[in-house]
Amino acid sequence: MSQDQIAVTGKPAVPVARPASATGAGFGAFVRRHQIVEHIVLLFGVLLMMGPIAVAFTTSTHDPVTIHSEGMQLGFGDNFLPTYEAVIFEQTGFTKQVTGWGMSLNSLILGLGFAIGKIIVSMLAAYAIVYFRFPLGTLCFWVIFSTLLLPLEVRILPSYEVVQGLGLLNSYTGLILPLIASATGTFFFRQFFKSVPNELLEAARIDGAGPFRFFWDILVPLSRTMIAAIFIIMFVVGWNQYLWPILMTTDESFYTVVRGIRQILQVWIGADIPDYNEALGLAIIAMIPPVLIVIIFQRMFIKGLVESEK
Amino acid sequence: MHKAQFQSPLYPYLLLLPQMAIVAVFFLWPSAEAVRSSFFLQDPFFGNETFVGIDNYTDAVTRSDYGRAAWFTFLFTVVVTFFSLGIALLLAVAADNVLRGQGPYKTLLMWVYAIAPPVAGLIGIMLFDQHIGPIVDFVALFGWDMRVGVDYWDTGIAMMIVATWKQIPVNFIFFLSGLQSIPKGVREAASIDNPSPSGRFWTIIFPLLAPTSFFLMIINITYAFFETFGIVDVMLKGEPGNNPVTLVYKVFLDGFRGNDLGGSSAQSVILMVFVLALTIIQFRLIERRVHYT
Repeated sequence: MSQDQIAVTGKPAVPVARPASATGAGFGAFVRRHQIVEHIVLLFGVLLMMGPIAVAFTTSTHDPVTIHSEGMQLGFGDNFLPTYEAVIFEQTGFTKQVTGWGMSLNSLILGLGFAIGKIIVSMLAAYAIVYFRFPLGTLCFWVIFSTLLLPLEVRILPSYEVVQGLGLLNSYTGLILPLIASATGTFFFRQFFKSVPNELLEAARIDGAGPFRFFWDILVPLSRTMIAAIFIIMFVVGWNQYLWPILMTTDESFYTVVRGIRQILQVWIGADIPDYNEALGLAIIAMIPPVLIVIIFQRMFIKGLVESEK
Repeated sequence: MHKAQFQSPLYPYLLLLPQMAIVAVFFLWPSAEAVRSSFFLQDPFFGNETFVGIDNYTDAVTRSDYGRAAWFTFLFTVVVTFFSLGIALLLAVAADNVLRGQGPYKTLLMWVYAIAPPVAGLIGIMLFDQHIGPIVDFVALFGWDMRVGVDYWDTGIAMMIVATWKQIPVNFIFFLSGLQSIPKGVREAASIDNPSPSGRFWTIIFPLLAPTSFFLMIINITYAFFETFGIVDVMLKGEPGNNPVTLVYKVFLDGFRGNDLGGSSAQSVILMVFVLALTIIQFRLIERRVHYT
């Protein structure tokens, strides 16, 4: 085990040292100065990470017959518009009521609702826990804390029954609220509020600010970057939800794009030549919004990820 | 904790109300229900319940398909954790070293994070498809007739590869931020002490990364157990047949397909205990991590 580990993880450093002794100082120095080995490793990494996406995209621009007979395609095909037109606007599913566009809107509602709902709920809770002294404070903290222990995946069936009992199947409320139950956001804001200097609160109280004023005029503006960072993470998490929407939504008009991925597989089974291009097209559509957000707000995204997981 | 705090009889409860209500209805209630129903046998047609004690547990654990799923989940977790951490560390060390192009490399290597597991699974089954998959064509050159969806281990290996691929970005981001938080002074001192880059890595940098690695290991185990549901589901095309399943996927199958509420709940509770243990380890490590950083 440990030897394997060295073999895998030791690569970056070992080859840098070797060429120098093997092929003379000139070449070795050149390799080291320009960090050739590092660049080769990174380029392989980029190929590994980007290759599948690139092939998925180029293949989606071909027609199903070509893909079926010749395999996945590396070159750009001439079926781009028909594929994406079908994926975005054509009515699919068993009831023929749902389009890629409609599913994307549902995903957007889920992503935004989840992110915004979670931020509001968890900021309020964290504010109460950090800034108030009250009898049940510790108990509430531990109850909220306990949600971190059990992911939704281990209690899917009873969760489904509860939501069904409340009549919330096939509704945005039923889709979003149970996902907010996990306390990751509350912990994130609790950590942050605790790092805010005490003097701010003391100064605010001397100035006569009550709990509401302090929260709204001081704490919220101070948390702006944190809110943005957590928003990005939560939007991606919300958009990418899969298991819960599968259970919750039987009515196709509530399908999200990621949920639609499963649907496209069902249609596929039994087809002579499945619409590979449309399946891949839907995959591309499903990844564009979260990927764009992560790339555009990269710095904040990394901050949110590293800080919230701590 | 803050020394200066507000005193108010009503405010804190109002502020906590939304969170506590959601937690109570959508977390505490279902969790309690899972534990309760794991001790009962349900009749799916008449809704009758019979108390059966720990029968559901013994039934679930002694069934051969449970043992098979547990063994697969174990291997799956070990392979995914090991390779996604290893490859990510390799890439992070390289990215940390390069002077030019660090920004673009970083962006290109991390954005797969934003892709949903089932979307990765869909691209995966295409790449591993019997008719159109380039990977199947490639391994055929070495005489491996890969039959994903038909052969148990071929499907399992394809799942492991996709799950590893999907997890590399998170590990990369954490390793890189861990590497970049090592103070310049420490690195300079190390390079004077130890001129060989590999020696430097194993004696100075790697130990400093150890807390990050432990922490990531827990994150990765949790990922392999729970978040790979979408990958597994899509790569099986919803038809498990003779294909490998993870324990979490089995909870879903037995509960929703098999209508075995008691058995599914018992399996849930077993997983709950497992997650509980992992989380306790995680929090102990985080306490230790504070000392390192």
